[in-house]
Amino acid sequence: MANRIFVGAHYGLKDWIIQRVTAVYMALYTLAAWGVLLTQRPLGHETWQKIFACGLTRYATFIFALCLFYHAWIGVRDIWMDYVKPTGLRLALHALTVLVLAGYAGWVAAILWRL
Amino acid sequence: MTTRTVQFRIYRYDPDRDERPYMQDLSVEVDSHDRKLLDALVKLKAKDESIAFRRSCREGVCGSDALNVNGKNALACLLNIDDLKQPIVLKPLPGLPVIRDLIVDMTQFFKQYHSIKPYLINNDPPPERERLQSPEEREELNGLYECILCACCSTSCASFWWNPDKFVGPAGLLAAYRFLADTRDQAANERLDNLEDPYRLFRCHTIMNCVDVCPKGLNPTRAIGKIKDMMVRRAV
Repeated sequence: MANRIFVGAHYGLKDWIIQRVTAVYMALYTLAAWGVLLTQRPLGHETWQKIFACGLTRYATFIFALCLFYHAWIGVRDIWMDYVKPTGLRLALHALTVLVLAGYAGWVAAILWRL
Repeated sequence: MTTRTVQFRIYRYDPDRDERPYMQDLSVEVDSHDRKLLDALVKLKAKDESIAFRRSCREGVCGSDALNVNGKNALACLLNIDDLKQPIVLKPLPGLPVIRDLIVDMTQFFKQYHSIKPYLINNDPPPERERLQSPEEREELNGLYECILCACCSTSCASFWWNPDKFVGPAGLLAAYRFLADTRDQAANERLDNLEDPYRLFRCHTIMNCVDVCPKGLNPTRAIGKIKDMMVRRAV
């Protein structure tokens, strides 16, 4: 048992697609955000609040954050899979990563809808 | 006949004698007929029999003499001595266990290659002469079947270094796509099932070291991309 290698979990494609879709969304959001920031004057707290008072901005930003966290989850998970060999430790790190990112997602929601 | 000296810095390790590997500076006289790195190595071997390396066809067909030359994997028989910075630093292929000097244990590499079932699977009764393909169908196999399994690609792949027991590696995946792309093969679904795994296929992060070093000019990254395309077509 100790020396046997098990592979064939039959997943990976979904994550691979999601990683690409989230990257495209983040790139588009970044371009749009730059567009907004460059056209809005004067750039100050009031303008910032006005931008985020719009429901669409909050929605798009929240989706951006979710994309970022899902993208980060796959990337960080890949790092654990590459470098951390003991299964128990790897599972613990996976769980910790998910919990931290889920917490961040909640935090982003709280920030966005408090603005 | 003009002769010139070739300077080497070679990785030496004999597990029966050496406690740990070391680098040894050596030089050898070669003449104008000796154009390739392998020619110089053969001369060096004649001078110092203890140096161990693999070689066979000496013309880039068998893939035996794959080495890490000045930091990059290559076939010694295809490299011109004059193109190489001296001293020529020779090391065994990275990431595989060293048996002795420049000879590595390729067991893991071939285990991965065999895991993709590198043969045509077709359960129909064989026709009298051959299983025909159209010229377009045959064209699909170009750039895939030419792999000589020298392991230059897989042993330059960081994902293969970290997970040689789980990641198929670029050579194995190129071979996998060679059979997935073959219209005579009937096991595409099983092959895709076998590869759909976060380790076996999706450890490839497209850094393209494999493309950079392939002595036959093949593109395993493109083949891996096409396997992923097939999976997407199957799933979406």
